[in-house]
Amino acid sequence: MLRIDRSIYDQIVAHARRDHPDEACGVVAGPEGSDRPERFIEMLNAERSPTFYRFDSIEQLKVWRGMDDRDEEPVVIYHSHTATEAYPSRTDIAYASEPGAHYVLVSTREPETVEFRSYRIVDGEVTEEPVEITGGDGGH
Amino acid sequence: MAIEVRIPTILRNLTDDAKVVEGSGATLGELFTDLDSRHPGIAERLVENGKLRRFINVYLNDEDVRFVGGLDAKLSDGDNVTVLPAVAGGSR
Repeated sequence: MLRIDRSIYDQIVAHARRDHPDEACGVVAGPEGSDRPERFIEMLNAERSPTFYRFDSIEQLKVWRGMDDRDEEPVVIYHSHTATEAYPSRTDIAYASEPGAHYVLVSTREPETVEFRSYRIVDGEVTEEPVEITGGDGGH
Repeated sequence: MAIEVRIPTILRNLTDDAKVVEGSGATLGELFTDLDSRHPGIAERLVENGKLRRFINVYLNDEDVRFVGGLDAKLSDGDNVTVLPAVAGGSR
């Protein structure tokens, strides 16, 4: 189960919409071991592509250092699919390298409908999990 | 000649959970060979067919080693090396 604050959920969706038709990507950091996504970090997609994403390597180093310094870890790793469903592709699974993270997929294929789903990806095995949106305006 | 190497979560099963290990070598390739003698299996996770694996980022003093010679990058005492798996994927 992924519990995520409304304001962070909104920022992820807004980033995905803004970068459409390219894929958007980023991280939400949280205190180590807490499983609480608290610090939203938008990342560049170094590929600037509608079908592929990759964190810029130097930006990734800075962000990972920043998390280390604060005793944080990447609680959520998100990216968007811009023409397909919010489900991990073969490439997503092959490159997933943070077994402790929630992999969030947002699809922007429908302009009016938000598809926001979360997965664990461990050793090539994908498990979808429920998403609970907390706080915010309670408008659900 | 000691080089400090930061190990990502996904490879810590090969380093007894150590976040940082030390190694030696005149080049990055030699350093990985040296690490592998104490942490068997680690070189294979970093190198493929004599080249750095495509989805592994290695940094030498905060520079992406791809821009400073890859496995041939020269090392000096006190350098630090960071390994991070790339975060990547796509819809295909």
